[in-house]
Amino acid sequence: MNLYLSIAIIALIFVVIFQIAKASEYVSILKGEENSRKQNNKINGFLMIVFLVLGFVGIYVCNELYFGKTLLAYEAASVQGDKWDEMFWITLAVTGIVFVATQVILFWFSYKYQEDENRKVFFFAHSTKLELIWTAIPAITLTVLVIFGLRNWFYFTGDAPKNAMVVEVTGKQFGWIFRYPGKDAVFGKKYYKNIDPATNSVGIIWDDKYAQDDILTEQTMYVVKGQPVKLIIGSRDVIHDVGLTAFRLKMDAVPGIPTTMWFTPKFTTKEMREKTGNPNYTYEISCDQMCGNGHYSMKGIIEVVEQEEYDLWMAKQKAQYYTAFPEKDPEEAAKAADAGGKVKAAEAAKVPADSTAKVATAKM
Amino acid sequence: MSHEAALHTHESHGHDDHGHHEHHDTFLTKYVFSQDHKMIAKQFLITGMVWAVLGGLMSVLFRLQLGYPEASFPWLESILGKWAKGGQITPEAYYALVTTHGTVLVFFVLTAGLSGTFANFLIPLQIGARDMASPFMNMLSYWFFFTASIVMLSSMFVETGPFSGGWTAYPPLSALHDASPGSKSGMDLWIIAMALFVVSSLLGGLNYIATILNMRTKGMSMTRLPLTIWALFFTAVLGVLSFPVLLSGLILLIFDRNFGTSFYLSDIYVNGVGALSNEGGSAILFQHLFWFLGHPEVYIILLPAMGMVSEIMSVNSRKPIFGYMAMLGSLFAIAVLAFLVWAHHMFVTGLNPFLGSVFVLLTLLIAVPSAIKVFNWLTTLWRGNIRFTPGMLFAIGFVSLFISGGLTGIWLGNAALDIHLHDSYFVIAHFHIVMGVASMFGMFAGVYHWFPKMYGRHLNNSLGYIHFWVTMAGAYLIFWPMHYQGLAGMPRRYFDFSIWESFKQFADLNRFISTVAMIVFATQILFLINFFYSIFKGRKVTDPNPWKSNTLEWTTPINPGHGNWPGEIPEVHRWPYDYGKDGVDFIPQDVPVGEHESSH
Repeated sequence: MNLYLSIAIIALIFVVIFQIAKASEYVSILKGEENSRKQNNKINGFLMIVFLVLGFVGIYVCNELYFGKTLLAYEAASVQGDKWDEMFWITLAVTGIVFVATQVILFWFSYKYQEDENRKVFFFAHSTKLELIWTAIPAITLTVLVIFGLRNWFYFTGDAPKNAMVVEVTGKQFGWIFRYPGKDAVFGKKYYKNIDPATNSVGIIWDDKYAQDDILTEQTMYVVKGQPVKLIIGSRDVIHDVGLTAFRLKMDAVPGIPTTMWFTPKFTTKEMREKTGNPNYTYEISCDQMCGNGHYSMKGIIEVVEQEEYDLWMAKQKAQYYTAFPEKDPEEAAKAADAGGKVKAAEAAKVPADSTAKVATAKM
Repeated sequence: MSHEAALHTHESHGHDDHGHHEHHDTFLTKYVFSQDHKMIAKQFLITGMVWAVLGGLMSVLFRLQLGYPEASFPWLESILGKWAKGGQITPEAYYALVTTHGTVLVFFVLTAGLSGTFANFLIPLQIGARDMASPFMNMLSYWFFFTASIVMLSSMFVETGPFSGGWTAYPPLSALHDASPGSKSGMDLWIIAMALFVVSSLLGGLNYIATILNMRTKGMSMTRLPLTIWALFFTAVLGVLSFPVLLSGLILLIFDRNFGTSFYLSDIYVNGVGALSNEGGSAILFQHLFWFLGHPEVYIILLPAMGMVSEIMSVNSRKPIFGYMAMLGSLFAIAVLAFLVWAHHMFVTGLNPFLGSVFVLLTLLIAVPSAIKVFNWLTTLWRGNIRFTPGMLFAIGFVSLFISGGLTGIWLGNAALDIHLHDSYFVIAHFHIVMGVASMFGMFAGVYHWFPKMYGRHLNNSLGYIHFWVTMAGAYLIFWPMHYQGLAGMPRRYFDFSIWESFKQFADLNRFISTVAMIVFATQILFLINFFYSIFKGRKVTDPNPWKSNTLEWTTPINPGHGNWPGEIPEVHRWPYDYGKDGVDFIPQDVPVGEHESSH
């Protein structure tokens, strides 16, 4: 019912506006085309100035309301973010000056040079000097921006420092899988045909000697404050994107083509909660590349903690190998021994014949 | 040529071929399978308008979801059925709407609707030709577009829904039937529609180029062409060189989808299906092919608007366009650079950083010709005598939007800034302002300006003014705040932000934006009413040259027939921008140069 009512009201408004517009046209015919044109010019010329002034008021209001909600309201959470913020302010200053100057000129000229019988227009077809000036100025300004930009670009995309912690991130519809290389600090090889959603979500080749201490976690990644983190990014199905808004970085996750990104977190999650005054604050990983119907819910979390807390967390993690083959887990084996031979035999029967068959097809 | 002479020639050539079509035109050959460029232009325009309304309506629907994610609208279910169960748009429907909105607006409205309309309408009229080089091909161009429209429309009615992976259609999402319901038959129809569309734009583009190069009237040298024609010329060249690349990319995609090839696919495990056998392909290859069209496409959309704005500004300032050669040179520079910047859409795909840096440099280089254009438009206004016709208002609006959106291009083109802003609301704000709304303003300016030539009647001025001011204010109110959302990191193409601690704080702003969007959309309906009412009932044009303009289209009769000029085609003696020269308000192009006249 409400719908029909609102449609009726909108239709009514349309009819009224339309009738007024039609009437005003009859009036203008009566007044003569010349007179009505002059009147329209006055009104629209005035509106140009009104628009300019209200526009700047609007920008001010918008800034008051929403600047506090942008990331720039508080200090960036990564070393890269600081550089990004610096570049933001430089670019804002340059483009801001051009924006204000050109918009003011545009609306001011429109107002000032509205039709006037007594004005003789200035036949001004070209001026090489002027044109050279406004080719050179933007060219020089842009060179400066390019130099700043590229310096940062090569820093952001350059090699991670030697002491960086390495984490592998894999996107899937619709979630994130993180792999830590374990004690040997080397990732085991993987092959996508080995993927088993229950026990081997990234397709690790178990026979690889580096694979057996790899640790897999989902949704939450732990990193250490102040230590650079290098991400090796991949995807299982479609293209995703690791978006780290708080750190001012993002990188696509492409199936078949690994990408990398590194950053140095400056504050722990706890410190960020204090800074933002939001007790629920977390570092979120947002998927920034359209990946299907669950795209908007593909959220991961980064917990930035101090070294001690990280060590505690890491100590609690179990190598994925033992989840895949519980009978090889020394702890499980001990338990199983306690429980008696029957269970052990049953478990052994469940184990896949051997993983060598899978490795035979592996390309890596 | 004087009018008497024209009439005389008309009489003496009364049985000449150019007039004869009118005698035995049936309804079918005059309004449907017409080969008259003016009628084809109107067909493009009206089909484009239908798509604009549909595309706009889609944006209203998905803005409804973004603005009121909690609310339930029972009427939505009665329109959309299973796509809005319980009165709430489902994620599937949301993504289908977003995708179709993008595809339709970029290709069907701002490419076919804009350059299809004005290239067809203006090229023969402004260069002094009776029709296109190949009127038949021209007709085919429209009917391929029409067929593409029908196929695209039909994709919305398949069981699994239309394609829903974004207008850029990146594989593997678009290549895998099981990755998303929209990637089933909806995607096949999407590809077929786009392939037909490419054929349409090639037939059109080749024709425009051939016509401009070969069919100019006597005296119409290339440097006497109005800037509209130059802009349409570069647009056609861009289209002809880049659309085939999209087509080839789409053909490979069809192969990957349906015939088991692996151009774009490698190492994929799909939930619920298992590991696929495809190996060795590159998903990034499609992005290169897509953006090799995709970036020139931006200029295919923008250049015609720039050309029309230059023309309309000069006419209504009663002053020559400032720096004709610089305007032409900057158009040329933009057209060349358009082919060298495509990878700036791919800064975060893992592109080699050195390659990225080259694209940064080339991208920011585009700001130079763009800046020249803006400064030249501003100088055109300076010391002019401005008449605020609705067309002129939209032209001024275009410049304002082009400045605002162009400047944020400097941000996004700089890879180090893009690495954070990529695919955020900042990008939405940027390209909607500079490409979407600005080109739409160019299109409106063109419609208001050339409507009297199209239909022999005037649009209602007051409705035009209301239309302009509401749309202008609305465009800024909708898109300006989105920059702030982007700076907060809010990603594009999110159905709902409620689970995100960093993004859900903008709920009130989203509601505000959605409300303004609906008001602006309603205002466009006002324009449609004005348009269709005025075709039949508008004030009749009494002066063949109502804007006191120099270009040739205004030397035709008020309602030109097929062949445009009843008599001989006028000869051109000067450039089109002699406004206010030697104190004379305007000197049309077909007036011979006087003995004591100064050169410009």
